[in-house]
Amino acid sequence: MMSRTMIAVLLASSVFGSAGAAYAQDVTLNIESWRNDDLPIWQEKLIPAFEAKHPGIKLTFNPSAPTEYDAALGAKLDANTAGDIITCRPFDKSLALFQKGQLASLNDLPGIDKFSSVAKSAWITDDGKDIFCVPVASVIHGFIYNKDAFDELGLSVPQTEDEFFAVLDKIKENGTYIPMAMGTKDLWEAATMGYQNIGPNYWKGEEGRLALIAGKEKLTDPQWVDPYKTLARWKDYLGDGFEAQTYPDSQNLFTLGRAAIYPAGSWEISGFNTQAQFKMGAFPPPVKNAGDTCYISDHTDLGIGMNAKTAHPEEAKKFLEWVASPEFAEIYANALPGFFSLSSTPVKMEDPLAQEFVSWRDKCKSTIRSTYQILSRGTPNLENETWIESANVINGTDTPEAAAEKLQKGLDSWYKPAN
Amino acid sequence: MTTKTAKTRPVRWHIAVFLAPAVLIYTAVMILPLFGTLQLSLFRVENNASAFVGLDNFHTLFGDPRWAASFWNALKNNVWFFIIHMLVQNPIGILLAALLSHPKLRFSTFYRTAIFIPTILSFVIVGFAWKLILSPLWGIAPDMLNMIGLKSLFAPWLGQERYALTALSLISVWQFIGIPMMLIYAALLSIPDEIIEAAECDGITGAAQFWKIKLPLILPSIGIISILTFVGNFNAFDLIYTTQGALAGPNYSTDILGTFMFRTFFGFQLQVGDRNMGAAIASVMFFIILAGVCLYLFGIQRRLRRYQF
Repeated sequence: MMSRTMIAVLLASSVFGSAGAAYAQDVTLNIESWRNDDLPIWQEKLIPAFEAKHPGIKLTFNPSAPTEYDAALGAKLDANTAGDIITCRPFDKSLALFQKGQLASLNDLPGIDKFSSVAKSAWITDDGKDIFCVPVASVIHGFIYNKDAFDELGLSVPQTEDEFFAVLDKIKENGTYIPMAMGTKDLWEAATMGYQNIGPNYWKGEEGRLALIAGKEKLTDPQWVDPYKTLARWKDYLGDGFEAQTYPDSQNLFTLGRAAIYPAGSWEISGFNTQAQFKMGAFPPPVKNAGDTCYISDHTDLGIGMNAKTAHPEEAKKFLEWVASPEFAEIYANALPGFFSLSSTPVKMEDPLAQEFVSWRDKCKSTIRSTYQILSRGTPNLENETWIESANVINGTDTPEAAAEKLQKGLDSWYKPAN
Repeated sequence: MTTKTAKTRPVRWHIAVFLAPAVLIYTAVMILPLFGTLQLSLFRVENNASAFVGLDNFHTLFGDPRWAASFWNALKNNVWFFIIHMLVQNPIGILLAALLSHPKLRFSTFYRTAIFIPTILSFVIVGFAWKLILSPLWGIAPDMLNMIGLKSLFAPWLGQERYALTALSLISVWQFIGIPMMLIYAALLSIPDEIIEAAECDGITGAAQFWKIKLPLILPSIGIISILTFVGNFNAFDLIYTTQGALAGPNYSTDILGTFMFRTFFGFQLQVGDRNMGAAIASVMFFIILAGVCLYLFGIQRRLRRYQF
């Protein structure tokens, strides 16, 4: 009943929405997206840039609310009323659309071969044969710190884990600042900003992630348990009552200047730039010993693909070709500092904090969050369980070993590695 | 004469006509979905097609150690949620009603309104307001405890496994205390003055009057309130969802049947929704509530003595 009314509403809106377009001679491509925050960027920068070079093709950016996007898109695709261009969620959500024949294969799209395999991993079939979305943006994890506070306390940016904890100790001793702004109430902070942030250094990025998928490593192996052991030590450096501290609380603590270090994702950059009144810097997750190879979580977050049933496949492909080009990457990355282009061609960015984040790509190896590809298909869901267990470990209600064991057991209950 | 009596009873169409709107609407929005849910719980999606699997989903729910653990955890939490309501909400509601119905109490309409207001607030507002009140960072709870020198008693309750569920139950009690209060208040008002006067003539006044005269007379109302609380608690979902999220953290300690069903049915984050398992949980919830209501109807309500005035 719900979905039927929804389809009716969507049908009505798309009929009325496209009524205006019928008068124009040009082909109009509708873009579906959940990034309603990006509407001004598309209207003011991206669309004019594309239309100037491609006369005869008009673009309309039609975003919906992030929480409604998946359901609305699914209903529209089923009813054949979806836009020509689809913004792709990473991994299984888009893969399912491709398998249903609703996203077109982009194997022969010019420019698609310029993306790295990590970048493409989010929008590729398990066997790696078909790619169905152009990788657009990723988010990088690390730590953002209050530069003024660091100067005031005479601290330098930590490179190794020991230095990291030494810095935290000093901040704690001084007492002016909360050493680290993070809470466990919303659970995902603990997993995403904690475990997935520092983890890649332990499990060696892609190497460990792929071994886990292949079943050659287990979550109970030391390289997967050690990040939990480190997380357990964070407890002492978080603010009072961190167990009930939510994600917005953490953001506010940091931007109000009450905390010195913020375990971050790069998507925070634009928000923090407008909110924080102090200078900020960033450092990548510290390595165990000085000189170790560093690994960063450079998580693929957004791609753009083509509706397989579009009426204008030629024009849509032209648009996607442009999306895969460095020109698009540069406009996009600069308009949204913190959402980094996945293009292999280096992109020039103006924001210093964003530059800092993206510079790690040169010295560190990139990986994506370990739980996102394949491993979160079953029940219990590894990603969701990781949220719970990461919070438990930081709260001290589970030991790192117990947490790892629970996760592995949950995974074993449905996941059988290919070999 | 005989033919005449047969003709005096025409078909009473008006009954059907007047019942029709309610019956139709209720069937469309309640009964059909209910049977739809029960039916959905007997199927499973295999290879993109729905297949009849009998009671297999229920077998998974109770037989698979992980599903069973989640289910029993949710049920246990739900029972605790209910117990707190029965022990705190209803006695306090009765007490408030007794105080409010006291003829000498001034401003009683003001109190009545003030206490009832949370009940008409949206869950989202209640959840958000209490999250802020109890926030260790910006909340007023730590400051207020500090003022009376009890800061050491404060803990980030909503984030601790041991206290989160109790804290949430009490928030829910705070929100819904107006309902037992109003129902009992109405019942107390409907007690005829003659009975009270007769009691006073016999020398029963004050607290004794409440226990011996009023309480037995409002017992049916208390029964109704208990069953409403039971149904409401086992269907609860909103408050937990708005304050703790769909994962009902920390470590599922606030997971009740409603959130468990929601998470399973609609999925969450990377978890894809499983409509059939979700429907199975919803069916179990339905049967639990059905059993509880039947127990009340046949076991308790029939034995309640009613007084006709």
